[in-house]
Amino acid sequence: MTPALAIDGLGVAFDDFVALEDVSLSVAPGGSFGLVGESGSGKSTLLRAVAGLAPASAGTIAVDGKVLGSKRDKAFYRKVQMVFQDPYGSLHPRQTVDRLLLEPLAIHGFDDAEDRIVRALDEVGLGSGFRFRYSHQLSGGQRQRVAIARALILEPSILLLDEPTSALDASVQAEVLNLLEQLRAARNLTFVMVSHDLAVITHMCDRLMVMQNGRTVEQLTAADLAAREVTQDYTRGLLAASEGFRRDV
Amino acid sequence: MSALLEVEDLRVSFPTRTGVIEAVRGVSFTLGRERLGIVGESGSGKSQTGRAIMGLTAEHGVIDAKRLEFSGIDLLKASKAERRALRGKRIAMILQDPKYSLNPVMTIGRQIVETLRTHERVGRAEARKRALDMLAAVQIRDPERVFDLYPHEVSGGMGQRAMIAMMLIAGPELLIADEPTSALDVTVQLDVLAILNRLVADRGMGLIFISHDLRLVSSFCDRVIVMYAGRIVEELPAARLSEAQHPYTRGLLNCMPEIGADRHPLPVLDRRPEWRT
Repeated sequence: MTPALAIDGLGVAFDDFVALEDVSLSVAPGGSFGLVGESGSGKSTLLRAVAGLAPASAGTIAVDGKVLGSKRDKAFYRKVQMVFQDPYGSLHPRQTVDRLLLEPLAIHGFDDAEDRIVRALDEVGLGSGFRFRYSHQLSGGQRQRVAIARALILEPSILLLDEPTSALDASVQAEVLNLLEQLRAARNLTFVMVSHDLAVITHMCDRLMVMQNGRTVEQLTAADLAAREVTQDYTRGLLAASEGFRRDV
Repeated sequence: MSALLEVEDLRVSFPTRTGVIEAVRGVSFTLGRERLGIVGESGSGKSQTGRAIMGLTAEHGVIDAKRLEFSGIDLLKASKAERRALRGKRIAMILQDPKYSLNPVMTIGRQIVETLRTHERVGRAEARKRALDMLAAVQIRDPERVFDLYPHEVSGGMGQRAMIAMMLIAGPELLIADEPTSALDVTVQLDVLAILNRLVADRGMGLIFISHDLRLVSSFCDRVIVMYAGRIVEELPAARLSEAQHPYTRGLLNCMPEIGADRHPLPVLDRRPEWRT
């Protein structure tokens, strides 16, 4: 089966600074892949490189078996959409939710915009009462739902999620994670999700990659991680850290 | 043991064009030389509680309490000058993000020295030496070098250590830490907490640790207060967190994903209007 997303030997450099070096991964259609690491590990850069927001200096990225060039075409963005970390920064402050959702539809020339907007809002659990509000009138969780609706309105097959819940309260995080899982199951979406939180990644993804300083530390399944079957000390350190503070150490 | 801090029926409200917003609605607790955690979600009033004690509530905010006493001093009646003398000297506060809470145009060393010389009459050389000692105490390996660096030249973890150094140099009796590690990576977070833990224990300070992370707080503090919509809904010893009774506390604990627990979908909080009362 052709992988939905295949990355081979990818490198990203900003002038002399190497942000990402020789990273390879592949995600099957309908799969969910997680990227974990600390700040500066290159996890977000990897996601941005796939979306065409960071320049790839080496290696290839292929979506559904088709290798991408440096310029992404419209068809690519119909297939691949991204949700960003901070819902306070990723929504236009002077556009209503309706206008925000109309934008991608207009760009891609969809006709039945009216129906699609209503349906998209329904799907993320907002209802049409939110349609003519501005983003500053919404809570963080509601904003992130709008961002998810905006990404899904084009019916993409791959969703890139960059720390989608780290700006949210724990209880809101649970709601958004549940929503994402439910949408993935309903639409057979492929997820690539970035997080600094090992627990969130193991909850959401079947396979994950641990990254440090722009390189792969190891790739493993969520089940391996849950069973503590890790091979690298760095991953062990992350696991220990995620268990919280211990006064005796 | 006399209490370091006594808070009784604390209320903080902000008049706005659309009515009065009550951020804190009747919070009471006493603090000895112990570690107290205040946990809650955004808007629960946890930070405003800390700010009211510190005297940093925004100008138009209204503070009201039956009692707000710090080691026998009535904070409500204290003049601005008296509050200023307390602030930084006897009560100190660590803020969330060193990127925003350190002065960007002053070297780290100068900021620490400034704090010290505001509160104590010490000579330049002596102040410098004490600042360097303090930087060493927060486990900065090369204090001489870091002393002359600007905040943008150091990492988040290092910046937060410098912040702790600055807050502890005047030897406060009460330390309020408002989300001191939320902006840091998990591994760095633990280092910073370990430093804070040791210094608080060694100096016998009282600590109020404000955070949204219930698990982190319970692993760090002796006692935990859980706040919801400006009120305390539950208070319990940190070690007995798993025996929490209030549905809000239990909900907060349950909704976090856990490694190894296969729960799909995650339980979500069913917020009830009666929790507000």
